[in-house]
Amino acid sequence: MTRPTPATATTTATRAEYCVIACAEAWRDDGEILASPMGTVPSIAARLAKLTFSPELLLTDGEALLIGDVPAVGAASAVTEGWLPYRKHLTMVMGGKRHVMMGASQLDRFGNQNISCIGDWSRPRRQLLGVRGAPVNTLNNPVSYWVPRHSPRVFVEKVDMISGVGYDSAAAAGPSATRFHDLRRVVSDLGVFDFETPDHAMRLVSLHPGVTLDHIREATGFPLSVPDIDIPYTREPTPEELRLIRDVVDPQGLRDREVRHP
Amino acid sequence: MTPDDIVGRLESGMTLGIGGWGSRRKPMALVRALLRSDVTDLTVVSYGGPDVGLLAAAGRIRTLVTAFTTLDSIPLEPHFRAARERGAFELVELDEAMFMQGLTAGAQRLPFLPIRAGLGSDVLRVNPNLRTVTSPYEDGEELVAVPALRMDAALVHLNRADRFGNGQYLGPDPYFDDLFCEAADTAYVSCERLVDSAELTAHAAPQTMLVSRHSVTGVTETPGGAHFTSCVPDYGRDEPFQKAYATAAADPDAWAAFRTRFLPAAGTEQDYQLAVRTWHKEQR
Repeated sequence: MTRPTPATATTTATRAEYCVIACAEAWRDDGEILASPMGTVPSIAARLAKLTFSPELLLTDGEALLIGDVPAVGAASAVTEGWLPYRKHLTMVMGGKRHVMMGASQLDRFGNQNISCIGDWSRPRRQLLGVRGAPVNTLNNPVSYWVPRHSPRVFVEKVDMISGVGYDSAAAAGPSATRFHDLRRVVSDLGVFDFETPDHAMRLVSLHPGVTLDHIREATGFPLSVPDIDIPYTREPTPEELRLIRDVVDPQGLRDREVRHP
Repeated sequence: MTPDDIVGRLESGMTLGIGGWGSRRKPMALVRALLRSDVTDLTVVSYGGPDVGLLAAAGRIRTLVTAFTTLDSIPLEPHFRAARERGAFELVELDEAMFMQGLTAGAQRLPFLPIRAGLGSDVLRVNPNLRTVTSPYEDGEELVAVPALRMDAALVHLNRADRFGNGQYLGPDPYFDDLFCEAADTAYVSCERLVDSAELTAHAAPQTMLVSRHSVTGVTETPGGAHFTSCVPDYGRDEPFQKAYATAAADPDAWAAFRTRFLPAAGTEQDYQLAVRTWHKEQR
């Protein structure tokens, strides 16, 4: 097999690589906590974060082990540094030493997320996974979201079944719900968003290079909060980060199966 | 005991806990025996996988208590999905950690255990029976009171067991099988190999002994008894077969053919295992 040209010769990052960088940034300065990525791009991103600016992060093998090395996504780990079966994992969630990046079948402007079902819960039009751990995650440890295909079907005015709790729902539920509630950021294939507005409505933080504000507005099913400044582009990966993504963490290019943009 | 003996102890209308997680270490031989029986109208308590799918497809579930139902490598369980979309059973949808608290309360004979999870989510909306409780201490926090998940019977599958009901897991995750056994009035263990008690810790550490005979009613040896779910380290998930299952489940005619071939009413567990081996030979 021919090896790709070294990263120095090709510094043009793909959309998937911008997504990896944007997701990795979610775990910056998190310290010694578990990075729990759901999906391929967040998995690559958590490993990149650990290899670069957040070396203290804990990672799992996706099953019951904490891994002490950083193998490529999909490859076996050689070093075990801990045991984290589901019962301990749930305890860790409730203890707050974790920052999860979950997926979302629907997500609204206040960060309410749905992975349970589409349509009326009592007779859903489309049954999905169920709420899984979204209620416990969102009330107990920092949560971010990854949406590989930004569309009005995902970014909706109101979710059909609140699985992950948004800012308005947490506030309505009272101080026990807001005590540890902390939605950090949303990364999609089009841009990066946070909830740093007075009413915690979702706000555009950066556009991935090649994406326009109009494109994001069209793809979002609610009026998006947009700051009154020139919106920056998602930062460029460094040559070393590109090398790590391409040669170390995701040599099989799995990221391109999740993000289908050039 | 045989799987059919165990199922002979179960009755229609019971609340039945099923161990494992998703498509991992499910007591599938016992589920298959259940499908051969006429036991129905069940309240099933499970971190759901194909156990839930098969029982739902066969119309055996009246109420399902779960946080999810998935095949893991195939995210959506097709029978579960179809059953929900046709309103085939009542669903008590809990969060994963709420479910764990419910099992723990059941095992500890408590009416409930508190948890923060559930507040602000639609879990409370769709389960109007769930109550909250206020901390009696200075914090005064309002928390969800997860009711105990107490069961008439539990079914779990483990790697090894002795004939007294001491059960051992050799994979990396115990899931919640000990809690299922302790939270049930009767509990049945199927295992890959039935061994002498002395053999259990001859090559494995004592903390692999997950369930203890005082919480187990009956044991059966069912090699391949978790198939097609995983039973690490004895075997991983049978991915090609799981895919065939999911494909068949999505189409009524294909599912009828699958059932006739692998799950005939008059078949045995041995017949099933043989049919699977034959199927694998055909795939080569």
